[in-house]
Amino acid sequence: MAGGIALRRAAASTGRTRSTAEPAIIRWALIGTALSFLGLFLFVPLAAMFAHALEKGVAAYFESFREPDALAAIRLTLFIAAIAVPLNLAFGVAAAWAIAKFEFVGKTILIALIDLPFSVSPVVSGLIYVLLFGLQGLLGPWLAAHDIKIIFAVPGIVLATIFVTFPFVARELIPLMQAHGTEEEEAALVLGANGLQTFRRVTLPNIKWGLLYGVILLNARAMGEFGAVSVVSGHVRGLTNTVPLHVEILYNEYNSAAAFAVASLLAVLALVTLAVKSVVEWKAQHQFEAGGGRPNRGEEP
Amino acid sequence: MSIEIRNITKTFGDFVALRDVSLEVPPGELVALLGPSGSGKTTLLRIIAGLEEADSGTILFHGEDAASRSLRDRRVGFVFQHYALFRHLTVFENVAFGLRVRPRRVRPLEDEIRARVFGLLKLVQLDWLATRYPSQLSGGQRQRVALARALAVEPKLLLLDEPFGSLDAKVRKELRRWLRRLHDELHVTSVFVTHDQEEALEVADSVVVMHEGQIKQVGTPDEVYHHPADPFVYNFLGNVNLFHARVEEGRAYIGDIAVDLPEHARADAETALVYVRPHLLEIDHLPNGGNNFRARVEHINPAGPLVKVELVSEWGDPVQVEISQERYRALRLQKGAEVFVTPKEKKVFVGNYSI
Repeated sequence: MAGGIALRRAAASTGRTRSTAEPAIIRWALIGTALSFLGLFLFVPLAAMFAHALEKGVAAYFESFREPDALAAIRLTLFIAAIAVPLNLAFGVAAAWAIAKFEFVGKTILIALIDLPFSVSPVVSGLIYVLLFGLQGLLGPWLAAHDIKIIFAVPGIVLATIFVTFPFVARELIPLMQAHGTEEEEAALVLGANGLQTFRRVTLPNIKWGLLYGVILLNARAMGEFGAVSVVSGHVRGLTNTVPLHVEILYNEYNSAAAFAVASLLAVLALVTLAVKSVVEWKAQHQFEAGGGRPNRGEEP
Repeated sequence: MSIEIRNITKTFGDFVALRDVSLEVPPGELVALLGPSGSGKTTLLRIIAGLEEADSGTILFHGEDAASRSLRDRRVGFVFQHYALFRHLTVFENVAFGLRVRPRRVRPLEDEIRARVFGLLKLVQLDWLATRYPSQLSGGQRQRVALARALAVEPKLLLLDEPFGSLDAKVRKELRRWLRRLHDELHVTSVFVTHDQEEALEVADSVVVMHEGQIKQVGTPDEVYHHPADPFVYNFLGNVNLFHARVEEGRAYIGDIAVDLPEHARADAETALVYVRPHLLEIDHLPNGGNNFRARVEHINPAGPLVKVELVSEWGDPVQVEISQERYRALRLQKGAEVFVTPKEKKVFVGNYSI
């Protein structure tokens, strides 16, 4: 019987038994459609962008980054990511931990709140902060009286970015942690581990790939966010301009070569993110299969 | 270490998992908590371990209130139903976990940890698998790793939740005999949860039968099997045939069969429940003037050590009988045959018991 199961598994893993496979023509038609769609909507624009960026030569391409305003925008974007990523990482892990491992009143509300930034337009997210901290806003007069600038300044951009990238880590971890259940943590506690040891030695190793995946997406969005940041930034060159905003300004000034050059920087970031993401996914899958993802494997002693 | 459980009650929302449960476990004993699912046995085990908190009641470890001890100080070894092995750690590291997380001043040196882990892995006959990961082990091997891991912290009390629940029948039988031998070697007070009566009767020193959050009976396997306290226990500890009897003049009648009532029976009772285990019923083609009833053979299953015969009694109830292979051949039993069934031994419960 064990042999039968093994055979069936083997058949399932190739997924191409004679009885379930589509005819070759349908297979190729589907693959062809998908590929041409991808090429038309993703690859061609990407190639066009690099072509535009390089139309004045490689020297001009690199010159666009050396311009002071561009450098300031890059620095600001890195600075914002350096704040938003660790904060949302900490928040995401804490929220996922609470939601997946404990029962408490208001859990569903918390889950809904975490999803809010995903369901609301980024422009609205930006406006929320303007309404809250802007001059005519709720806290505006008080902030003005104390000479604290949030809107049209760096703090506003940081807040808007944090808001928009809020759900990434938590959303990634919640299903993962829920699937793992709490038994391993309970086992660790009974064996004498304290809370921190349990988290570090049992929970964290189990979620590390999912966590990394969430952080990659979080970082990509934090660096690339446009809408929310655009509303609160004020577009002050060299001060409150992030890379995406800088691209827009250059483009509006008909400086398209520079605009595409800086944009290609974001595109490269996206490509690197994709590459890292694929590696992480592959690793996670690998660990999943080796680490009890299929608990029925090797049932025979 | 002895455990004393006093008046434990636990509810989950509207569901009462345990109602006023009291139990004593003498030191060094191997006790089985036996009951159907939902009887509260696992909840009781988790409360003893400290994984769950009781709504009311106390638990004494060696005469001392366990509530005053944190989970880490209880010195309890817990084996989870699905083993809960750390999947990212090797077998060796799984077993070493309890030693490694100790505060530095009481943590053994690396050499001692190695020695102790290998000692335990030898004990569970898995030292050759030390570098494997849990996913590379069979169910029975995982079970033994879980046990070694629980024993590594030198528990005063070993708790096992359905330890053989997810193993196949053959491995299960081997492992439970092995657990019994291990217990005889180590003599650590142990409590295990099971829904399998055969397992409880074979392994445990004493069996605690639970039903709907209450303890129905506590006794040695022999006591609970042969002297069940109530119909539930009798029913749960093996296959039974149930006959509804009417009570007349101090005797119970199933059809024409008269049954003596137990001495403590209430005089005003009008009905009684008579239980007979399938192997305590005899089949014959002739009435032989005995205390018997008529039945018709519905189905015969000759596979196994005993032949299982399903019949329908003259008043229309299904009856299960187990007879030996020799008897089956001697009778030349056929489907549809009219036969006479004689109870050899029966258990009578008087009054309105509900199961």
